[in-house]
Amino acid sequence: MTSIDNQLAGTPRQLGIVSRHAAIYIGAMLLLLAMIFAGMCLGRYSVDVPRAMQIIWLSILDPARPLDAIDERIIILVRVPRVLLAAFAGAALAASGAALQGVFRNPLVSPQVLGISQGAAFGGAIAILLGVWGLPLLAIVFFCGLAALALVGFLARIDGRTEIVTVILSGMIVGAMFSALVSLIQFLADPNGPLPAIVYWLMGSFASTTWERAAIAVPGLVIGMVFLWAMRFRLNILSLDEAEARSLGAKPELERWLIFALVALIVGSQVAVSGIVGWIGLVIPHATRLLVGHDHRRLLPVSMLLGAAYLVAVDTIARTATSAEIPLGVLTALVGAPVFAMLLRHHYRERNAA
Amino acid sequence: MISLEKASVRFGPRTVLDQLSVKVEVGQSLAILGPNGRGKTTALRAMLGFQPLSGGTRTAPEIVGYVPQAAGINQRYSVLDVVVMGRAARLGLFGQPQAADFDAAREVLAEVGLLHFAEAMFDRLSGGERQLVLLARALATGSNVLVLDEPAAALDLKNQERLLSLLGKIRAKGDKAIIFTTHDPNHAFAAADDALLMLPGAAVLSGPVHETITAKHLEALYGVSMRLVDMPGPNGDMHRAVLPAFAGKVAA
Repeated sequence: MTSIDNQLAGTPRQLGIVSRHAAIYIGAMLLLLAMIFAGMCLGRYSVDVPRAMQIIWLSILDPARPLDAIDERIIILVRVPRVLLAAFAGAALAASGAALQGVFRNPLVSPQVLGISQGAAFGGAIAILLGVWGLPLLAIVFFCGLAALALVGFLARIDGRTEIVTVILSGMIVGAMFSALVSLIQFLADPNGPLPAIVYWLMGSFASTTWERAAIAVPGLVIGMVFLWAMRFRLNILSLDEAEARSLGAKPELERWLIFALVALIVGSQVAVSGIVGWIGLVIPHATRLLVGHDHRRLLPVSMLLGAAYLVAVDTIARTATSAEIPLGVLTALVGAPVFAMLLRHHYRERNAA
Repeated sequence: MISLEKASVRFGPRTVLDQLSVKVEVGQSLAILGPNGRGKTTALRAMLGFQPLSGGTRTAPEIVGYVPQAAGINQRYSVLDVVVMGRAARLGLFGQPQAADFDAAREVLAEVGLLHFAEAMFDRLSGGERQLVLLARALATGSNVLVLDEPAAALDLKNQERLLSLLGKIRAKGDKAIIFTTHDPNHAFAAADDALLMLPGAAVLSGPVHETITAKHLEALYGVSMRLVDMPGPNGDMHRAVLPAFAGKVAA
């Protein structure tokens, strides 16, 4: 036994890995902090960092304090809720992508693939057409996202078993159907009434964020994230093939649906307040895998930090780059698609070299 | 202990398993032999509880240590992370492996002789090493039943030897019921007490290896004529080997 005990002690190489990971965590947190401050200070009306910190500190000490100065009103009423919402949404979307890619054993999977995003978009378009905003809109969006997911589940279940391929195919079918329904609503909507609202909303934006809207979305985002994070080791098990996962005591089918429901909660919450923001769930987990490897116990938390930093940064660019605000969903796709293409090439080149 | 009692499996009109009864006690090792497509894998899946039975009953512990033919891992995990997955059943849905779980994982890695690979990436290992890591993961479950699906099928001779001697070591400890499928009757002689022959058609033969694996039975099993030879080992004990008549070369 003594020889084993000696071998069991950590080797210098292991300690090196641990400190490398610690450095990545700290780096990601600093990056997020820097992006949050950039988001609060930059803009048409710029505020310097010490003043921003002072304003936030005063408001934390006394949340009910009257906001008289213009910079106080901009920071507390406009930028803080916007940056917070972008950070939570980015973190939650990145976590959703990482979790889905794990359970599908496929690096190309995102909430779009399951039809959740399209279902949620349909719900939002209906709500806007009916003139519904706020919590009822969230309820309709979440319900439609979940309905899309349930439909996928129903279609994919053949003879009491769901296979991953049939889930992906059903997701594409349901997604295409809901996309068509969204087009139909756009066609029916009054061009002088709800149509522009629907179109802008579908392009995705945090521009209309208020504390009230943030409060609507953040609980769902946080619940989804916390549960996905709590299941980070289980995600390693679920990323194995079905027989192996079962032999290790998991119930892959049931647990997969639990993950899907959490993703629907996250996507529904995010879509309800900021429209369709794509690509985060693909780009961030891939980039994170290059940094910390595939183990979900590290992939999930680091993806959340980087996803939050990324979306806050993109949102800041969206509202500062030009005089008119660029829709966020357009930017995340413009940045996301080429970056993702590069990451994917890198991924397969490395795998072929293995 | 793991057992099937009159287990039947039907896929539509096709009966793959017909009233199969198998029982392996702790301390025993069973080799399952049969031609391709005869239902070895189905039998194994039935024992693991992955294959719903059309009839009959299965008795098994909740967790059965399972070594698949090839790893279904397409992510890049370290060897230690793969082995510690064996502890998942006791960690539950939201559990995280703790220091004690990693210690247990290192211990079974040492048992299969791969502790020096603990921090290596699983997908960079050779096929033989991966098989041993999967065996370590099955051991890490702590189950007293071990099921291996053609563990040596894709391995070269050196790695076959490594795997079989490891199985022999585990078997000698006497605290596991071991079941494995194989195409090579020599593996059954090397690492099993009993053999189950799934003959073409629906018949099965089972019993101690030396009674079950005979030239006549093997010919019926594979449709290839066979010779069994006994050679004395260094200690005077007899080793039995199987010589199939490949390319028409029949041994005298």
